[in-house]
Amino acid sequence: MSKKILATTSLAGCFGCHMSFLDIDERILELIELVEFNKSPIDDIKTFTKECDIGLIEGGCCNSENIEVLKEFRKHCKILVSVGECAIMGGLPALRNGISIKECLEEAYLNGPTVGENTEKIMPNDPELPMLLDKVYPCHEIVKIDYFLPGCAPRADLIWNALVALVTGNELELPYEVVKFD
Amino acid sequence: MKETIQNVIEKYNRDRNRLMDILIAIQNMHQHIPEDAVSIIADQLGISKVDVKQTITFYHFFTLTPVGEYAVYLNDSAVANIKGRAEVVQAFEDELGIPFNSVTTDGLIGIWDTADIGMNDQEPAALINGTVFTNLTSEKVKSLITGMRAGKDMLELMRVIDAELDGPELLSTMVKNNIRQKGAVLFSDAYEVGYALRQAINRTPVEVVDEVKRSNLRGRGGAGFPAGLKWDFCRQSRGEEVYVVCNADEGEPGTFKDRVILTELPKLLFEGMAIAGYAIGAKQGIVYLRYEYRYMLEYLESILQELRELNLLGKNIAGKAGFDFDIRIQLGAGAYVCGEETALIESMEGKRGEPRNRPPFPVQTGYLNKPTVVNNVETLCSVVQVITEGAEWFKSFGTSDSSGTKLLSISGDCKNPGIYAVEWGVTIQKLMRRTGANNVQAVQIGGPSGICIGPDQFDRGIAFEDLATGGSVIFISEERDLLKDFVLNFMNFFIEESCGSCGPCRSLNVILRNKLLKILDGNGVEQDIDELYKWAGVGRSVNRCGLGQTAANPILTTIENFRHLYEDLVQMNESFVSAFDMESAVAESCEVVGREPNLSR
Repeated sequence: MSKKILATTSLAGCFGCHMSFLDIDERILELIELVEFNKSPIDDIKTFTKECDIGLIEGGCCNSENIEVLKEFRKHCKILVSVGECAIMGGLPALRNGISIKECLEEAYLNGPTVGENTEKIMPNDPELPMLLDKVYPCHEIVKIDYFLPGCAPRADLIWNALVALVTGNELELPYEVVKFD
Repeated sequence: MKETIQNVIEKYNRDRNRLMDILIAIQNMHQHIPEDAVSIIADQLGISKVDVKQTITFYHFFTLTPVGEYAVYLNDSAVANIKGRAEVVQAFEDELGIPFNSVTTDGLIGIWDTADIGMNDQEPAALINGTVFTNLTSEKVKSLITGMRAGKDMLELMRVIDAELDGPELLSTMVKNNIRQKGAVLFSDAYEVGYALRQAINRTPVEVVDEVKRSNLRGRGGAGFPAGLKWDFCRQSRGEEVYVVCNADEGEPGTFKDRVILTELPKLLFEGMAIAGYAIGAKQGIVYLRYEYRYMLEYLESILQELRELNLLGKNIAGKAGFDFDIRIQLGAGAYVCGEETALIESMEGKRGEPRNRPPFPVQTGYLNKPTVVNNVETLCSVVQVITEGAEWFKSFGTSDSSGTKLLSISGDCKNPGIYAVEWGVTIQKLMRRTGANNVQAVQIGGPSGICIGPDQFDRGIAFEDLATGGSVIFISEERDLLKDFVLNFMNFFIEESCGSCGPCRSLNVILRNKLLKILDGNGVEQDIDELYKWAGVGRSVNRCGLGQTAANPILTTIENFRHLYEDLVQMNESFVSAFDMESAVAESCEVVGREPNLSR
């Protein structure tokens, strides 16, 4: 059986889900027997070089680049999985959704207590920068998402079990310990 | 200000349990609860400021900022909307130059949305400083605004729009009762004040409970719990101090029967409460009256006084030594969930109206943690007739599982909206003929928390064992957009009225509403319908009270009975449609930082 090809990314997340992924510890050696990594921070491949079987998405979409990356993932991956609270619900970044983007930017760059000298009242406006969205969107509002792995972050065992199930085609094991959140 | 607030607090003996009354008085005085008042109340009642504030912010009619010297609360129910609410909103906004849910800069007039105010048979309707104005039009709005600007009082304002006033002097109101059909149990001409109470006290309390049990009288508020059994449970709790509470918080959109009973037959209700008091050994009865019916307060108080003078309330009632019972009226302050009996009890204790965990049930641990019987207005009225005529007579009406008669509040698309006293078992078809409802697309039974049925089910009957209802029946004609005009309105209603205690009620209803909007906006796919249906079923098992358990019913029952309406809106052959639009999503942030949106990719 040829190896399944896996891609991962962190959009508007904290990389905590990727850290949790690494918590599979020595099983990463088993994992590389099962899958080949493509675009992912794990192997630092920046752009898709192959069509992939599975894409893991951490984080929701807070800017235009997130949207582009997510659409790229949808284009190149057969199965997309939202991993963790931010991808599924927007998570912590979505706390800004009740506040206007103007107020957020002014707090961050003009009025906040940690703002230093900004006499010219400049806010980041370089055309190279991604554009902020009016709110943080969960991934499934932008593209079709096939599976959701809840948690903040989802436990390593949950990510592991899910990946093994997807790769082997066996049913996912979901013992209580793996999906309880307290 | 300090002195007047102090006086209010003294009037209620610095009793923490009377916080609702204190807040109502202050809100009326100042059109809001000033920050200073919060401090004084907290200090005087020996509770924290947060305790005071959490009660204030829970209720729709308590506010921390002024609502206007004239506070106009315009009903936002689905039926108000199909009866021309938009035109009325427009007229207010145009004449005042402000959007809804704000106050004119001079602080004179505030215009606010409010949930159903129990006037579905005479919409559009509004409360202005507690007085009801019905059948509003844009012309009437203009006259009202002119009147308010001239500083007119409520009676004068009613005159300004040539309102026909009804009722006794203390209840001068333009609200019509629209009793279209009288019944044997309620609105029969045979009722004689005090007769049933005298009959009751000639028997033992246990005999009275047994008579009610034998009648199979079930609660008329909607849940249908057997009234006699409830009384029996309360007696078994053997409390030294027990209470009778009348639930007159009829907030289910489309019901207004209790309003009509309270207007027409208050003595019947109070007599029913006294009989309940005798049966369970209570000395105190409390009517929890929804704030929207505040206009009746003085009138109802006068009736209570009349009954005291007749010795049908007070001490040694009707000459029965040791039978003391009296009634007070507790106002609510605008919260649908307080119709749930444990939330109602919390509210009566001056707290947020959050439902309690059950068990213990109110018959064990209720008001002030004492055994309490909470009965609906109509239930208590029926008790009087059960005692007067006997259980067998009562059972001769209705069906085997639903004895007696039922008051229906019928509204929506029909010629004769109003109150109909019917025998249980009456079919929808029969009701349609009686009320003059033609081209009916759907009927909403039991309000938003009930069910929505189509023509293929119009042969079903109104009964606990078939179509159960607390009394609301809304006819919806072919020309209406069922999903937009009704289902969406109902979901917004539940989102607004959820107390927020249970996560699934607080969040899931919003998720469901947003998914419904996605479908209404043409961005839905077939999977969205399936997911809506699946998710909507979750609320029933994971929320604490009836509100949370039934809040998804508008979606559940319309997918069951009108799935084609959803299918017409979704993109059937697509597996996914995103409603996301990059251009509008980045517009504001680009403008704020001062850059051109780059939409080329």
